[in-house]
Amino acid sequence: MNSDHLLDRVDQPAETANAKPRRRRRRLEEVGTPVMLLLQAAVGVAFLVLWQLLSGRLISEFLISTPLAILGRLWGWIVAGSIFPHLWATVEATLLGFAIGSVLGVLGGVWLGLSPFLSRLLNPYIWAFNALPKVALAPLFILWLGLGIGSKVALAAALVVFLVFVNTFAGVREVDNDLVDVLRLMKATRRQILAKVVLPSATSWIFTGLKTALPYALIGTIMGEMIASSRGLGYLIQRSGSEFDTAGVFAALTVIAALAVVFNEAVNLVQSRLEGWKVVSR
Amino acid sequence: MIELQDIGKTFSKGAQTFRAVQNVNVRVDPQSVVAFIGPSGCGKSTLLNMIAGLYPPSEGRVRYNGRTVGDVNTDVGYMTQKDNLLPWRAVLDNVALPLELAGWPPAKRYDAARAMLAHVGLDGFEQKFSSELSGGMRKRVCLARMLLHGPQVLLLDEPFAALDPQLRIAMHDLLLKLWAENRQTIILVTHDLMEAITLADRIVVFSKRPARVAFEGIVDLPRPRDVDSIRFTSRFHEIYTAFWERLRQEYDEVTP
Repeated sequence: MNSDHLLDRVDQPAETANAKPRRRRRRLEEVGTPVMLLLQAAVGVAFLVLWQLLSGRLISEFLISTPLAILGRLWGWIVAGSIFPHLWATVEATLLGFAIGSVLGVLGGVWLGLSPFLSRLLNPYIWAFNALPKVALAPLFILWLGLGIGSKVALAAALVVFLVFVNTFAGVREVDNDLVDVLRLMKATRRQILAKVVLPSATSWIFTGLKTALPYALIGTIMGEMIASSRGLGYLIQRSGSEFDTAGVFAALTVIAALAVVFNEAVNLVQSRLEGWKVVSR
Repeated sequence: MIELQDIGKTFSKGAQTFRAVQNVNVRVDPQSVVAFIGPSGCGKSTLLNMIAGLYPPSEGRVRYNGRTVGDVNTDVGYMTQKDNLLPWRAVLDNVALPLELAGWPPAKRYDAARAMLAHVGLDGFEQKFSSELSGGMRKRVCLARMLLHGPQVLLLDEPFAALDPQLRIAMHDLLLKLWAENRQTIILVTHDLMEAITLADRIVVFSKRPARVAFEGIVDLPRPRDVDSIRFTSRFHEIYTAFWERLRQEYDEVTP
């Protein structure tokens, strides 16, 4: 008993000393969404103000431009309408590349996933292709498809295809063989097994692959545009840079970042729908 | 008629090989209920898989109605301890699956599936998913799906092992009721001697791995059997004691 009291007394001061910061930390963790949005906006504004103040004073304006100059350049592009052809070129190439890469990735993943022999046979080649920096393929694509949209689509698709392939392949491999046996015993044909067991159970895997791949489609397109092009946001960055137009580079980067956010939100929207279906079905 | 003739099965995993089944000869008469009993992992499930034609035996052959089983035997309905329902489908779509595969139009197959669900006592659960059902309900869904396929042989691999005792007895009752209507041939793999005696006409006991037939015996309890009361009859008790004695001798011999 005595020793218990002693321990209590020893522990107490330490605890009260810890209590305050801990409570404050918890209050920060439980901040609501509107407050968090406000805080996030505050961080952004603070960053921009700091940038504006530092530029020309501590760091040369030639190197980092200023937020106001960037905003002015952006506004000029929008008013003149000159930004839109570039924006559409990038969006079009990204979506096309994403679609083509996804279809090829899903087809390849299902095909090799169903054939252990083929997947073992091609395994080293697939990994060799994956290890290749895809940007190094750009000269070939330009040679084959020219300077137009084709080479950008190809580069985007080359980045997307492997990500979708790997996920689809894993999904098809994860299919419960007992379920397949159940269907075989019920006289199912190979095609029925594919449609009713393999594809449904691989769906969530395939979607994970698509979700990861979409930003890479944008990256592939921009890379292609920077290497050789006369249109697109990547070209805009390249041109502004070569004209020593720092504000133009930052303005184009801003548009790309906004585009990435829009794509990401679109994917999240589709995913939340898919997961709603998942909750119902599980 | 199912005949297992000199069946042997060897599995190889890398450089290792092991014998799961050796020299098994069993005949199962049409419309009879036979229980396979043996220590766990002795190779009984391997036997069922070969009867279903999911893989071929290494030695000997499986004959079904006079023909050697070469490919999957689609006359067979298979039920295991695992439920094997499609988790992304509701109960009704799971049960209607065999008819869907056979190309029935939706209205017709759903009618049949609803009737079968009512038959196994699951009306009102058509739109539930298997994750929303209890273990016993899932077994009923599996039974309903299997029966809609219309198999002549039911292979039951410890189907009720995961259920609690009361539920297991209810499932025995349902199984006997359904069997009395269609008289399929049933092969039941189990650890549970009570379950085997309650359901089967004949019990085949297997040795430890590699599985060989240790002995077999007849269960001459009259049919129809009342699952609730048959356990307490003196004949049941006699049969149980007789099998238990032989089982003990058998497994005492193996364990030194």
